[in-house]
Amino acid sequence: METLMAFLVGGLTAVGVYLMLRPHLIQFLIGFLVLGNAANLLIFTSGRLGSAFPPLVQPGGAVLEPYANPLPQALILTAIVIGFALAAFGIVLFFRAEQVLKTLNAEAMPERLGAVPAPSPVDEVREEQV
Amino acid sequence: MSWLIVLPLLMPLTTGILCLVVGNRPAQRVLGLVGALGLLAAALALLTQVNQQGIQAVQVGNWPAPFGITFVADHLSALMVLVTGVVAVVVALYALAESDAPREQLGYYALSHFLLFGVVGAFLTGDLFNLYVWFEVLLLSSFVLMILGGSKAQLTGGVKYFTVSLLSSILFLVAVGLLYGATGALNMADLATRVGSVAPGLLTALAMLFLGAFGLKAAVFPFFFWLPASYPAPPVIISALFAGLLTKVGVYALIRVFTLLFTQDTAFTHTVILWIAGLTLLLGVLLALAQGELRRLLSFQLVSHIGYMLMGLGILSPLALAGSVFYALNHMIVIAALFLLAGLLQRLQGTTVLVRMGGLYRSHPWLAVLFLLPAFSLAGLPPFSGFWAKFTLVAASLQAGQYAIVAVALLVGLLTLLSMGLVFAEVFWKNPPRPPVGVASPPGLIVPVALLALLTLGLGLWAEPLLALSQAAAQELLEPSRYIEAVLGVSR
Repeated sequence: METLMAFLVGGLTAVGVYLMLRPHLIQFLIGFLVLGNAANLLIFTSGRLGSAFPPLVQPGGAVLEPYANPLPQALILTAIVIGFALAAFGIVLFFRAEQVLKTLNAEAMPERLGAVPAPSPVDEVREEQV
Repeated sequence: MSWLIVLPLLMPLTTGILCLVVGNRPAQRVLGLVGALGLLAAALALLTQVNQQGIQAVQVGNWPAPFGITFVADHLSALMVLVTGVVAVVVALYALAESDAPREQLGYYALSHFLLFGVVGAFLTGDLFNLYVWFEVLLLSSFVLMILGGSKAQLTGGVKYFTVSLLSSILFLVAVGLLYGATGALNMADLATRVGSVAPGLLTALAMLFLGAFGLKAAVFPFFFWLPASYPAPPVIISALFAGLLTKVGVYALIRVFTLLFTQDTAFTHTVILWIAGLTLLLGVLLALAQGELRRLLSFQLVSHIGYMLMGLGILSPLALAGSVFYALNHMIVIAALFLLAGLLQRLQGTTVLVRMGGLYRSHPWLAVLFLLPAFSLAGLPPFSGFWAKFTLVAASLQAGQYAIVAVALLVGLLTLLSMGLVFAEVFWKNPPRPPVGVASPPGLIVPVALLALLTLGLGLWAEPLLALSQAAAQELLEPSRYIEAVLGVSR
């Protein structure tokens, strides 16, 4: 089972990284979601898999052996919530960026625009001489 | 059990929530300043207690140590929180006079306090997964602050900042997950007792993952490109806050993790850190020299000087670590002062492009002095705090026999002086290329900058107390047993 999960995580990571390297921002965002899931599965797997009992013990009852490790699930739950928040913010940010910059292609976005002015003094002087 | 640790967390949280509830602008501005002052007071109280009683730890909800949420304050954390308070107060004062009505209406005060909440939380947490959560708290607030107002420049800068931060977050999460899989622990003190049983090769690989994740946040050598692309975009109150605090959280995390957890193969890991430090120092300052716009230039200077903090960590002797801590504290003050000053100059001249500025020495001689104080401190000239920070680091490197890094550090100091001298010549000495278009600056903007400039001068003239505190911090970092005992021993 662990071997299978390792391949799954590896595959998802490859897909996620490929998509995040694409210039288009929507592809980047989908890549982030895939990679986030890969990270969550990785944590889940590293907390040891297996068919064990949930760690719920009745008052006075004997401790269950073997019991499932509850911590990875708590961690993943937190990570999923944070991932959702980031993805939601990313969607809104990219929507606004598309409205204002008229593009979603990261390579087409200029390095400096508007309030942050031109790069080097040489260009500035040349500009003023013209 | 000391609840004083939680106080610096509660201050910005309450202020942020109150600002959201109040909504009315003048009240928010008062709240913003009062909240920052409260944070400073709480941080002072915390530092006093840590200094008198040693490392403090709190187990939230009274769960015993490895299971519950732990907050720890040693000298390093307490000092970082204290300087965070100082920067917060000064930026709040500056914001009071800057009066940026649209951004204030959009919730600038609430967001900046949530940002402080995240920063202080990252400094005080004693648990690796919680560190991830605190990083996300401060990142989400910083994303919104970065694009608040939504100008074109802010959105391009914001997209870059956002995408790179996402990448470093996932890297951090994966590193935490793998370390948990290898050790079965997340509490940092508990981890420190268990990492010995992990295979050395695996542990070194994990160390490199953490170096990548935190290195992206601290903007060190291969990963610094995003910082100058995004930090100059937002208004100066926001970029000063970012420059002063955010990269230092990455540096703090690196210092914490590489003194507490990954010390088994220092010949490899800390040599890598030393190389990164040297390359960051050199490339940052060279790129800064090539810039023609003041805030981009300062962003590259910010990148360059992160290298000094890593240099002490790479050498890993008590004196070197003390130098790193002192440098980080001093740099938070100096770089915030320079960014605020850039905003002031923009106000006076209507631009921050160096060739278009000039002649300020004639009209505002005092402003020139105010620029020179932090600029000399950044370059490391004697009467300022930057000198003692650099002196400590260089002395420690000489003791350790690392002559190459000493040469780089001294050269970069010289190049920084050159870069700052060029800025001075362009902005203050040169005849203005055209009549200035800006408006007169209210004294309310000068006071915060003057406060920071005098603070760096004061810390240079009376460096002894802060240096002693930094040395205490370095001692604690190099003897993790005290940290572990404070976290695991106090638990009931």
